[in-house]
Amino acid sequence: MCLAIPGRVVEVVDDADQLAKVDVAGVRRTVNLALLDGDPHALVGSWVLIHVGFALSQIDEREALATLELLQEMGEDYEQQLRELRESVAE
Amino acid sequence: MSGATREQRIGEIVQRTRAKPARFRDEHITMAHGAGGKASQSLIEGLLLPALRNDALAALGDAGAVAVDGVRLALTTDSFVVTPIRFPGGSIGELAVNGTVNDLAVSGARPLALTLSLVLEEGLPADELRAEIDAIALAAAAAGVQVIAGDTKVVERGHADRMYACTTGVGVLDPRAELSTSALCPGDRILVSGAIGEHGMAIMLARDEFALEADIRSDTRSLWPAVDALLDAAGADVHCMRDATRGGVASALNELARASGVAALVREREVPVAPAVAGACELLGIDPLYVANEGKLVAFVAPARAQAALDALRAVAGCERAADIGEVLAEPPGMVLVDTAFGGRRVMDLLAGDPLPRIC
Amino acid sequence: MRFVEEFRDAELGRALAAEIRSLAQDGRTYKLMEVCGGHTHSIYRYGIDGLLPDEVELVHGPGCPVCVLPMGRVDDGIALAHEPNVIFTCFGDMLRIPGSHGSLLDAKAQGADVRMVYSPLDALAIARRNPGREVVFFAIGFETTAPSTALTLMRAKAERIANFSCMCNHVTIVPPLRALLDSPALEIDGFIGPGHVSTVVGARPFQFVPEDYAKPLVISGFEPLDVLQSIHMLLTQLADGRREVENQYARVVPWEGNPRALAVIAEVFALRPHFEWRGLGFISQSGLALSDAYAELDAERRFDVPGIRVADPKACQCGEVLKGAIKPWECKVFGTSCTPERPIGTCMVSPEGACAAYYSYGRHAGQREVAV
Repeated sequence: MCLAIPGRVVEVVDDADQLAKVDVAGVRRTVNLALLDGDPHALVGSWVLIHVGFALSQIDEREALATLELLQEMGEDYEQQLRELRESVAE
Repeated sequence: MSGATREQRIGEIVQRTRAKPARFRDEHITMAHGAGGKASQSLIEGLLLPALRNDALAALGDAGAVAVDGVRLALTTDSFVVTPIRFPGGSIGELAVNGTVNDLAVSGARPLALTLSLVLEEGLPADELRAEIDAIALAAAAAGVQVIAGDTKVVERGHADRMYACTTGVGVLDPRAELSTSALCPGDRILVSGAIGEHGMAIMLARDEFALEADIRSDTRSLWPAVDALLDAAGADVHCMRDATRGGVASALNELARASGVAALVREREVPVAPAVAGACELLGIDPLYVANEGKLVAFVAPARAQAALDALRAVAGCERAADIGEVLAEPPGMVLVDTAFGGRRVMDLLAGDPLPRIC
Repeated sequence: MRFVEEFRDAELGRALAAEIRSLAQDGRTYKLMEVCGGHTHSIYRYGIDGLLPDEVELVHGPGCPVCVLPMGRVDDGIALAHEPNVIFTCFGDMLRIPGSHGSLLDAKAQGADVRMVYSPLDALAIARRNPGREVVFFAIGFETTAPSTALTLMRAKAERIANFSCMCNHVTIVPPLRALLDSPALEIDGFIGPGHVSTVVGARPFQFVPEDYAKPLVISGFEPLDVLQSIHMLLTQLADGRREVENQYARVVPWEGNPRALAVIAEVFALRPHFEWRGLGFISQSGLALSDAYAELDAERRFDVPGIRVADPKACQCGEVLKGAIKPWECKVFGTSCTPERPIGTCMVSPEGACAAYYSYGRHAGQREVAV
């Protein structure tokens, strides 16, 4: 629970109702930003999590990068171990 | 270990249950029966086949074959009830021509002629009808077929969603083709003629139920040039083809795996999907492999000629993104498996009905 | 798709799976529960269970708001759909869920005006466009979805839209989790915590899991790398002897949750004294109803709903599946009398249901391979 997907806020379409167009890989939908802090205009260009037509949360790009870096380090260690294994077998 | 063996036994019981011909036990027809999934299967196998019993029909190919004085003809029919009747990339008229042309083409028959039946809704503006007739004429010319007979009916307002069209097509079976739904062989490569899911998503977006905007257009087109190229490059080594219409590539593979008693293994990473289609599917929680196409085929080709077949396919206009997406396995019979882009493996079953968007 | 595809990287997945394998080599087995139906779906859709060592067993939890809806509530919805002049709106997930006499899709086939919507705001738009009809929105979901329903109802009230009402089936995540943990038969070592509910409620509500029950809980994203990383974090905690709430999904989940979302929930909804959950029975303070301030928008007050409690069919073992007590294939009717096209219970037909996921994706254990 449940289906929510990251999208980029492209433009505000209704100030009063806090509606904005959000883009997911070229698909656009009007999304309600009322659950997020701050002026919708300030959110243009940022990434938000969309669920049933509402933005639930703003995506923290730094955290995303940090998570990926952690995983990539693990990945590099693993590749290194595989290489060592292959080389030791080859000898 | 007994847990795992018990699980396997349950799996086998489930498989046996699924392999039995589907029975038709519903009390009413629902939309699911038209979706190309399990409900459709139960209607066809449980009601239509037993009643209409004959070998040609039982093969459940896209077209039925008859021989007349040594000439092998293919006959097929299709009805078109899409709403809205105009959508990005096409209209009901184009579908009516290409849909039937494609059923003939993937059966290995060069399309010759169509008949056209129209059911028009009272109040349909003449301009809209004119536009559809023009679309039909254009599509027929592009596909190299003639509409040689037809019929028109009008029904009261509210009874035909503007218009329904039904086309029947006849073609001559091409001597290069030796196709059969039961001819899939372990080792066969599975080719798809381009990026998937475009028609179904274009319609879903055009219906505006979800208020999504995207540049997604129906892929409706004649598949004869693609079939011609495949038969030229690989001839009798093309074992089967199917146009992946309602129910998408997943349903086509399931039907054929079932008909041939083999398994199909799809490598998810190889399946071509346009970014906008992928995005719309992610938003709605739908798998593009289940989404309808109107200008895409899947082909099963013996491994020795698969690369030549793929190269030939890619040279056809509109098929540049054709890809080798997997292979046929001997086991488990009747199942479709997917090697996910992430590295795990899973089953890809027929859906019960239409793929429905989910929030969860 | 940014923030999605990077977390589906197969190479990183292999590395993580290898790490998990080495962590799981201390001679014991691990039973981890993913609470959320969305995680169950991911696990099967990406074949994650096949990438895990045998020592790590995943148990499916009750976090599927559709699966836990008792049959009587589905019947109530269908009764509303059959009311003359009603346009019944709901999410796609609801359409095939079986009531006592068929589903909403069957009701549609029999003439009820049932329409699928992507957002509750779309249901409100239908009400605006059809002033002569009564539009009912069948609301489902945990705290993830409740704020969206709440904002929609606030809008309806502000605009005085008289022909719109809501039948509320929103549920909360903590009570069933507690009920599970109190269940003597259950022996879960750690929890893969709900990622999107947490964007609303934050991490704090889950502290009771380590504090009162000494089990770790990792709030997890839904992409396959997220799920694997969360499993890794759980095993690491267990190896270190730690028992904490950790947030793997930090790119989306704020530790404190979403105050605005919580505020609108508090304004529009009130906790029902108790609510029935399929398989878990009545749980206190676990379901939401419209508050008195929004009573006029409550479909259960505007219309007469049967409100009859319907026991699950005898053969149905959904409750045990939802509690993680049995696996889908251990249910007596799995795959034979209960199939996705002819479901007896919700687990087989909900898009997140464990049985549906297993039947459609995970079946045929012999076919699962470890990609090394």
